[in-house]
Parts: sequence; C-alpha cells; structure tokens
Amino acid sequence: MIYMDHSATTPVDKRVLDFMLPYFGEKYGNASSLHSLGQEAKKAIEEARVKVAKVIHADPSEIYFTSGGTESNNFAIKGVSFADKDKGKHIITTKIEHDCVLNTCKWLEKRGFEVTYLDVDKHGLIDIGDLESSLREDTILVSITHANNEIGTVQDMEEIGKTVKESNAYLHTDAVQSVTKLPVDVKKMRLDMLSISSHKIFGPKGVGCLHIRKGVKLDPLAHGGGHEGGLRSGTENVSGIVGFGEAMKIGEEERPKAMPRLQKLRDKIMDNVLKIDNTWLNGHPQKRLPINANFSFKFIEGESLVLLLDAKGIEASTGSACSSKSLKPSHVLLAIGLKPEEAHGSLRLTLGKDNTEKDADYLLEVLPEVVSELRKMSPFKKDYGEFE
Amino acid sequence: MYTQKVIDHFMNPRNKGKPREYDAVGKVGNPICGDVMYIYIKVNGNRIENIGWETMGCAAAISTSSMITELARGKTLEEAEKITKKDIADALDGLPPIKMHCSNLAADGLKKAIENYRKKVEK
Ligand SMILES: Cc1ncc(COP(=O)(O)O)c(C=O)c1O
Repeated sequence: MIYMDHSATTPVDKRVLDFMLPYFGEKYGNASSLHSLGQEAKKAIEEARVKVAKVIHADPSEIYFTSGGTESNNFAIKGVSFADKDKGKHIITTKIEHDCVLNTCKWLEKRGFEVTYLDVDKHGLIDIGDLESSLREDTILVSITHANNEIGTVQDMEEIGKTVKESNAYLHTDAVQSVTKLPVDVKKMRLDMLSISSHKIFGPKGVGCLHIRKGVKLDPLAHGGGHEGGLRSGTENVSGIVGFGEAMKIGEEERPKAMPRLQKLRDKIMDNVLKIDNTWLNGHPQKRLPINANFSFKFIEGESLVLLLDAKGIEASTGSACSSKSLKPSHVLLAIGLKPEEAHGSLRLTLGKDNTEKDADYLLEVLPEVVSELRKMSPFKKDYGEFE
Repeated sequence: MYTQKVIDHFMNPRNKGKPREYDAVGKVGNPICGDVMYIYIKVNGNRIENIGWETMGCAAAISTSSMITELARGKTLEEAEKITKKDIADALDGLPPIKMHCSNLAADGLKKAIENYRKKVEK
C-alpha cells in the first residue's frame, strides 16, 4: 500500500511508539499524585512541554496540552471570545478554515458575536489590505490558518502578524498542517495563540496543544481539578503527551532533510500529473506545503477516483461532496473560485517521510489510467453541456 | 461503507458505455451535484433489447448504472418502468442512506429513456 494521505493522519513513528510504551505499562502514574510514580509522569509531561515549545520558539509555560487540533481551535476561539466579550464581539477569520474553526465561529454568531470571513484569491491567499480594513475597535480575535489542509496554500503569517499587532485583537493560527513541515516561530509571526495536532506529525491521535502567549487571558472549555494551569482540567493523557513531544522533536530535527526531498518528489508528481488534459492544480503554485498536491480532473467525480486508486493500492483523498457528510463539495475549493462540478473532481495527495521515488513512479503510472477509465464512463468528454 | 456487490459493480461495471445503436436516452442528475447519468435503450418490439449508460459520479452512481442494465435487459417496457430505486438498492444488497436519493438515479434515467422512446414512436 502506498499512503499519500498524510494531511488526514500519519502512522506513529516507531521511535515515538517506543518512547510511549512505558507510559501504558510500568509508568502509569497520575501526574497530580505526590508519590514517585506520579512525579515520574509529571516529569515526563514537562519534558514533552519543553520539546514542543522549542520547535515553535515559545516558552514551555506557554504550552497547554489538549486532545488535538479541534479542541485547540475551539479553546482559542471560544476562550478569547468569552474572556474578552466586554471588549468587543467581532472576530475575523477566512472562508477556507477547517470546519472546526468555521463551525466554532458559526456557533458564536448565534450567541451574539459578529464574524468576518475573509475572501481568498484564486490561489487561496488572503489580501492583507482586506484584513487591515476589516480590523475594528471591537475586533477581539483574528484566526487564520497557516497552511491550508486541502490545497496546501501557506499564508504570510509574519505580514499578518504585523498587521494584527497594530490593533487590539489577538492573533491565533492553526498550524496543524505546517508545524514540522515549515519553520514556525511564534515570535516572528507575533502570534498570541497557535494550535498543533500530534497525529498529523507521526505522533499518536487524540493529543495536541494550544500555545498561549504569556499575558493572554482565555476562559477554559473544561473546568475541573485545575490541570494545565487551570485552563484545561482533566487527568493528563501522559502516554499521548510524551509521544507528541517526541514526534515534535523528531519531526523538527528531520525537517531540513526530509522536506526538500519530499518537495522534489511532489514537484515531479505535479509536473507529470498536469500533463493529463483538462487537469489543473488547486492552490498556490509556489506558496504551498512541500508535501501537498491538489488537482482537479474535469468530467469525473472524486470519490470514484479515490476508490479506484485505493483498489490499486494508493491511498488519497478528495474534496468531492460524496466524501463529505454534508453532500456539499469542499468549501475551500469553492472559495478559490471552482465551480461545484470542478470541485467534485478533485484529488489531494499529501506525502510523508515513507514515500519514495518508486511510489511516485507507480502513482504516475496508475493515475492517468484511472482518470482515463472514469472519463470513458462519463457522459462528458468536452464540456458539461446543457442539461435537460 | 459499501456492500461487496456495490464494489463489484463499481470495479467491474456491466454494459458500460454508449451502445453503438440505441433508440432513446434518458438523462438525469446534475453536474453541480456531482452525479450525472445517461441511460441508453435499444427497443425491439416491446422489449429492451440492449441497454447501456454513461455516468459521471461516485461509486453508488456507477454501480446503480451497472445494476439497472442487469435488471432491465430483456424486460418489456411496462415491466422495466416499474423498476424502483429500492429494487436497485436491494439488488446491490443496499446503499448507504445518504446515497439513496442523490446517486441512485438509474431508475429515473430508465423511466426517462422509456418516456423519450414512446414520444419518438408516437410521432
Ligand atoms: C488544518 C486543520 N486544523 C484542525 C484539524 C483537526 O485536528 P484534530 O484531528 O487533531 O482534531 C485538522 C485535521 O483534520 C486540520 O487539518
């Protein structure tokens, strides 16, 4: 099997797994306990906190462990909104955020908050001038994803950081897809908050963190025994947290070698897939995640494409409605200007460290055949035509 | 998510493509929704002698296109137009509920083809 869906999730790195295993076994302590078993767990969590902080150039005291990207984004957005509702009720985000940001914002809209959803251009980039003019006296939060999970487009976070610093608003970024793939520096980007998820970086599922800059005040989502500085109660997921810390450390250490190699592989895939007629690239041609390629193939539907690739041993994903629970095509592809019928025929390939040159060659052999097979079945050969 | 039968008809679709000779076509679906189906029929006397299809759509859309050719071939027009969405889904050992109405278009496509055939013959 050739796995090319690393933006969905990743396998746990063997070294990370070995690092975690003792915490399921003999090191089972509760980090809140006073005895040595408990203190051993506590120490392990603090070591993980240091590893995570180092990667994003933060202080360990600014890292709050959570259950992953979804919780971290909810925590950042709801936490600021509730803590700062007396200062203002305006939030700015974009039209291409992950559902966990968009649905949190929609939920807040029903509770009296006002949300501006910034447009993006055909490559998925926001306009800094647009952001600037959307900032108001009462804007309390700007939340913009660093690297988009579908089309891979990378926003200029330093420029965004400079712009938001001129206002009263806090800046949060979802760095779930970018961390360990691109340099991420909370100081250079002038971030107040940043979300990370462990299972996207060869760590275990169900763990991640929110970075909260010292001085930023949030309301917690989970109230209880006062874990994580009172901001995220609940007995810590010790094995998950230590695995997450180790995955961050390994991912960042290996980034300088791994990413140029994967980018080259990705470019080869991109160059060759784009030779197929009626096919184009979604997302920015240069400002994109080194592991991401996203294509639209006219006249076919993405679920069929993904299932036929799967039958040939290649795992990928699509922005087609059929792959979603909502029966709507990807809101990201629609936001960059694709027609619904074009969004249905999209394919996302996201590479990871185990992918080889041979994998890319096999993909490039199989994909054109599968596209052609589906096009032969399709009633559309030239355009989508008139419909009766 | 899909039954063995759906996967079989999706991976090995029966009677795919536009037949060389046909009397009528039924076009259903909508590219905006992602599923479009053209059902072609060749009628001899009152019987469906040949049936083929062209479909853009998900595995459910393709497998129902394939299945209706097996259910309708050799049937009289009256028998064929009685084939329902449920008959097709049952013949495939079921479809995911969410796919029942959006992708299960083949019965509508066949009805439309028969309708178009009758219009043509009446003229
Ligand atoms: C950009 C982005 N944000 C958030 C998430 C959610 O992360 P998690 O699966 O850890 O809840 C994902 C993963 O699907 C993602 O790609």
